[in-house]
Amino acid sequence: MRIIEEANREAVRRLFDGDPVLVDVAPAAELIPSLGERMLLHAGPPIAWERMCGPMRGAVAGAVVFEGWAPDLEAAEALARSGAVAFRPNHDFGAVGPMTGMTTRSMPLMVVENRRFGNRAYCALNEGLGKVMRFGGNDAEVLARLAWLRDVLGPALGEALRASGGIALKPLIARGLAMGDEMHQRNVACTSLFLRQIAPWLARTVSDRERLADILAFIGGNDQFFLNIAMAMGKALTDPARSIEGSSVVTAMCRNGTDFGIRVSGTGDTWFVAPVEMPQGLYFPGFSEADANPDMGDSAIVETVGLGGFAMAAAPAVVGFVGAGSAADAAVFTRSMSEITVAENPEWTIPSLDFAGVPTGIDVRLVVETGIAPAINTGIAHKKPGIGQVGAGVVRAPMACFTQAVRALAERLGVT
Amino acid sequence: MSVFIVNEVRKGLYLDSVALMRLSREVAGLPGVVEAALMMGTPANRRILAEAGLLAEEGANAQGNDLVIALKAESREAAQAALHAARARLDRPRAATGEAAQWKPRSLRAALRARPGATLALISVPGDFAAAEARKALRRGLHVMIFSDNVPVAQERALKEEARALGRLVMGPDCGTAIINGVPLAFANRVRRGDIGVVGASGTGIQEVTCLISEAGGGISHAIGVGGRDLSEAIGGLSTLMAIDALDADPGTRRIVLISKPPHPDVARAVLERVSRSAKPFTICFLGQKEADLPPNARFAPTLKAAAEDALDGRRISEGFQPGVSVPRREGVIVGLFSGGTLCGEAQLVLASQGRRVASNAPVPGSEPLASAGASVDRILDLGADEFTRGRPHPMIDPSVRDDMLLKALADPGVAVVLLDVVIGYGAHPDPAGHLASLLATAAPGHVPVVASVTGTEADRQSRSRQIATLERAGVLVAPSNAQAAELAFALCRA
Repeated sequence: MRIIEEANREAVRRLFDGDPVLVDVAPAAELIPSLGERMLLHAGPPIAWERMCGPMRGAVAGAVVFEGWAPDLEAAEALARSGAVAFRPNHDFGAVGPMTGMTTRSMPLMVVENRRFGNRAYCALNEGLGKVMRFGGNDAEVLARLAWLRDVLGPALGEALRASGGIALKPLIARGLAMGDEMHQRNVACTSLFLRQIAPWLARTVSDRERLADILAFIGGNDQFFLNIAMAMGKALTDPARSIEGSSVVTAMCRNGTDFGIRVSGTGDTWFVAPVEMPQGLYFPGFSEADANPDMGDSAIVETVGLGGFAMAAAPAVVGFVGAGSAADAAVFTRSMSEITVAENPEWTIPSLDFAGVPTGIDVRLVVETGIAPAINTGIAHKKPGIGQVGAGVVRAPMACFTQAVRALAERLGVT
Repeated sequence: MSVFIVNEVRKGLYLDSVALMRLSREVAGLPGVVEAALMMGTPANRRILAEAGLLAEEGANAQGNDLVIALKAESREAAQAALHAARARLDRPRAATGEAAQWKPRSLRAALRARPGATLALISVPGDFAAAEARKALRRGLHVMIFSDNVPVAQERALKEEARALGRLVMGPDCGTAIINGVPLAFANRVRRGDIGVVGASGTGIQEVTCLISEAGGGISHAIGVGGRDLSEAIGGLSTLMAIDALDADPGTRRIVLISKPPHPDVARAVLERVSRSAKPFTICFLGQKEADLPPNARFAPTLKAAAEDALDGRRISEGFQPGVSVPRREGVIVGLFSGGTLCGEAQLVLASQGRRVASNAPVPGSEPLASAGASVDRILDLGADEFTRGRPHPMIDPSVRDDMLLKALADPGVAVVLLDVVIGYGAHPDPAGHLASLLATAAPGHVPVVASVTGTEADRQSRSRQIATLERAGVLVAPSNAQAAELAFALCRA
């Protein structure tokens, strides 16, 4: 027991000590040399083509065309089915990706450096709302936008960030929480704060005025732009807390649309996997639960560091996806997450909870003991490939992941 | 099928998009509505409306600061009705904070973080898990009351030994009643505070004694429950001994009442040996035991009522009680339908001491088991026993569980008197007398007479006097204590 408590204190200390800074945007192939040709990284725990859900297959086909490995979507699907494309989880390459989480060689990735521990983590640029690849979109419009991200936005942002010396994310998140963001469903404040900091550097580095205007409009017109930055930050914060012998703190939660997987510090790289659940939520006009795909994406990394569903009290409106949407309902979410976490973040606080820190460091033992599963704020994709986002809501991590993890940890520590 | 698309634009009204999605779902669920969307009229949202086939001319001209109500319905009437409903929902007042959800801790850890000064945990979980929760509480330095039953006896023993080593008290398992520092726990009553301490292995026994003392003008310092098995050989009175230590050391406790079924002889010896080392006077009520070899500072009480009287230094409770109504004596047996186990036991003892033959599902020494009893024997039942409560609420919470048996007894020509208890206080039904009265009103006229007593105090939310008045109006003969109710039932029987 004492080993676990001390290991957990160490895990949370590393989470809190981290100093994540957004430093660069560069093509994936440059950042991740082991990301080879015909290799595709996806969200969630490992999965083969046969078990992939509709939107994941749609995104895979789109990404294959985008990389030029097949001329069209039909050929791309055939190629993917033939086994000629290697599928690997983002998490094994220091990366994360929202929803389908496609990462391929030519895609520009944002780089967050944890300056306290020297590690780096990556996430693709946010494509905006509507029909997008992360929700399984793969038509010409989707691919054209990805090309613009690759050819225009990515290089420009990379140059501006390098010129700026990097943007420290911890203070930015602290201010965003006070402004009503929880960094999963709500990123409007952090996106604005980010834009305010990066705009002068873009103005210095982008000489073409029209191009600059396009870039500023794209970031400013997408309330969720910051989500992907928050995700890379989450990965950069959690990686140093991995593999602490005895620790029962969760270091990753992610979903591939079929399975939900978690990793726990004290059990290294083992995935504890269970079927994903269906989010509870609200739908865009013309869509309903019948259209929804089960839960998907690496974005639950933000809950792993105490944001998203864990910081619900900061963004009361978000709780409306599953309840009456009152501030008190939102506070209940955050307080109940404090029952399954080891500590409160001293730097990220929520004004409406008398500046209590966000609950951080999910302890698999507490999850099993209380029966309270982590709450994750999420978007909902259409279950058919190529359609995109149809709603948003809240989903619970499946309890089976946590019971498996507790058993494995007990076995490892020789507890019977 | 023709569809009607209606748009309405509300200028200068902003609502959060999530709130609007919720409203959209509510409106879309109204009869005759095919699809509904409430959105701010930004270009992106207008495009979504158009793709969903919901955009009409008014909506198409909306601006980003306008709120668009867009409806598709099966008829013009349905569309208008939905539009009306959407307007009403937009204009309804916001709920005040007080009506909103309140967080309740789900774990001991969270509860202690919210209340760091807490000293006691009350545990009510299925029996298989109670010992584990109790151990957690003990290790965090808390005293523990375990309401749960079905805790294995070996676990009880281990818990109580650990608690003793930690200097903490375990009340229970199966502890239904305690009053600590004036705070009632589980099934307990609002009694006066005073200098009489109570240690009891029985919930309704503690309730009856503390209420009788309080209503007679005395007061309670603490009433400590120990669980029904504490004085068995297996447990050895571990909690009883610690409770006596605590009350002995408590300057606010002048005298101590001990209530239990007859303990195992070895345990009784150990407990009485501890009593003999105290300077305080003790009242010993081992219900079902005729006498005991007591140390000089202890006196024996054969009933709960006698225990209360002894604790009040011999003051008599409702001496010379006479029921207000005279009822002709009848031939037949007495049927007792009890919600309190110890009240059932006390009634058996009183009747047996008058020479009645008594049978019960929970027989005390001198009573027969129910199964082997003949038709001429009084049947005094504990309806709170496991065989009656499996999968049903306890009769103290829901008195209707004795309705069928009561109606049957009332119409039974072989029954002379029906004897009942009515237990009020925290945890109990809000108006058990009212329930009985309404049931009696449905019984045939000239039914078997009913005798009852009310265990509770005037300060209880159900109010003892109000319960008595309700019973008397319904024709029930109400005695001032459970023991006197049994005596009255006996008096109504022709020998």
